[in-house]
Amino acid sequence: MSKNWPLWEIFVRSKNGLEHRHFGSLHAADAEMALENARDVYTRRNEGVSIWVVESKNITASNPAENGEMFEPAQDKVYRHPTFYDLPDEVKHM
Amino acid sequence: MSEKEVKNLEEIFEARIARDEKIEPKDWMPEKYRKTHIRQISQHAHSEIIGMLPEGNWITRAPSLRRKAALLAKVQDEAGHGLYLYSACETLGVSRDELYDQLHSGKAKYSSIFNYPTITWADIGAIGWLVDGAAIINQVPLCNTSFGPYARAMVRVCKEESFHQRQGYEIMLTLCRGTQEQKAMAQDALNRWWWPSLMMLGPTDAESVHTEQSMKWKLKRKSNDDLRQQFIDQTVPQADILGLTIPDPDLKWNEETGHYDFGEIDWEEFWQVVKGHGPCNKERMSARVNAWNNGEWVRDAAMAYAEKKEANKLKEAI
Repeated sequence: MSKNWPLWEIFVRSKNGLEHRHFGSLHAADAEMALENARDVYTRRNEGVSIWVVESKNITASNPAENGEMFEPAQDKVYRHPTFYDLPDEVKHM
Repeated sequence: MSEKEVKNLEEIFEARIARDEKIEPKDWMPEKYRKTHIRQISQHAHSEIIGMLPEGNWITRAPSLRRKAALLAKVQDEAGHGLYLYSACETLGVSRDELYDQLHSGKAKYSSIFNYPTITWADIGAIGWLVDGAAIINQVPLCNTSFGPYARAMVRVCKEESFHQRQGYEIMLTLCRGTQEQKAMAQDALNRWWWPSLMMLGPTDAESVHTEQSMKWKLKRKSNDDLRQQFIDQTVPQADILGLTIPDPDLKWNEETGHYDFGEIDWEEFWQVVKGHGPCNKERMSARVNAWNNGEWVRDAAMAYAEKKEANKLKEAI
């Protein structure tokens, strides 16, 4: 065998108004075939109205081992949340 | 990494699972967790792929267009399930090619139930009703397993599986309400599929080597014997509705335990089939290997075409 079909990540929008969501992956020779295969593998029961395919090698992912440096800086910034601010009860909904 | 550091990581890891946190592919995991998952998920995927063969046997001979469309959709679902599972398995760093190699060389196993032949149309009914029924019992707890990609694949599989069982039961029901010959055909299929279906839920707890570790990792939530009992308790009343007799003279309701007692399973037969001596092991493997080998030129041609198109695009851009 000369060369294996590359791996593609599949994103499906289940209906208009919702975002594309990662559904899984599959192998295909090119993007067009990845779309066709994605339709058969991931939307056999009307699960989608739009499909994105991205070759897996083009995705850059963060490393969970570095989650500390990556995400902890947001943890001590409580002032980004509405509940941080004290308002009198008379102000009903704000 | 020192041994002590690994041990520390392992403890943190086990604690995460105990807290019901999910493990995702890029997270650190013990090598044994990775290996066990590759083994179980790939076996599961292989079973879906080989599972298409006994049923595929009847697609051209389904008795009506309605049955044919349903069977075709079911077999296509099995292919889809195999693909969800292979892709979940690949997130653990094993390639699709390695997985196929393991299947084709006989290194990896698939569910032994698919090594039995489908000799009449009623077998398609019995497979949907019993084999998919047992599969659902096995699979539902896996929707909560600790490895994220496996759990997500299982949610999708389980959603689709219930149509499989219902279409099988409907086939049985139609046969049982038909002529005497048709009912006899349904009974014969039940006679042949009952015991292999019970075996499908795995060796007895006493014989099952992986249970304790698998329970911890939530790869297993109930023991094989508990799952088997659940399957029997739910299936016997369904056989009564069909007016069929379960081929087990020792089967009877036990008022005290609230479960059915049942007869001895022939584990010798089970191990023979697992070891490759079932009625169809050779046929299944050769059908699978031939399909893969005979399709090689198609895969190569598709790849060559994709590369040519890509090259042309580049040339135009220049």
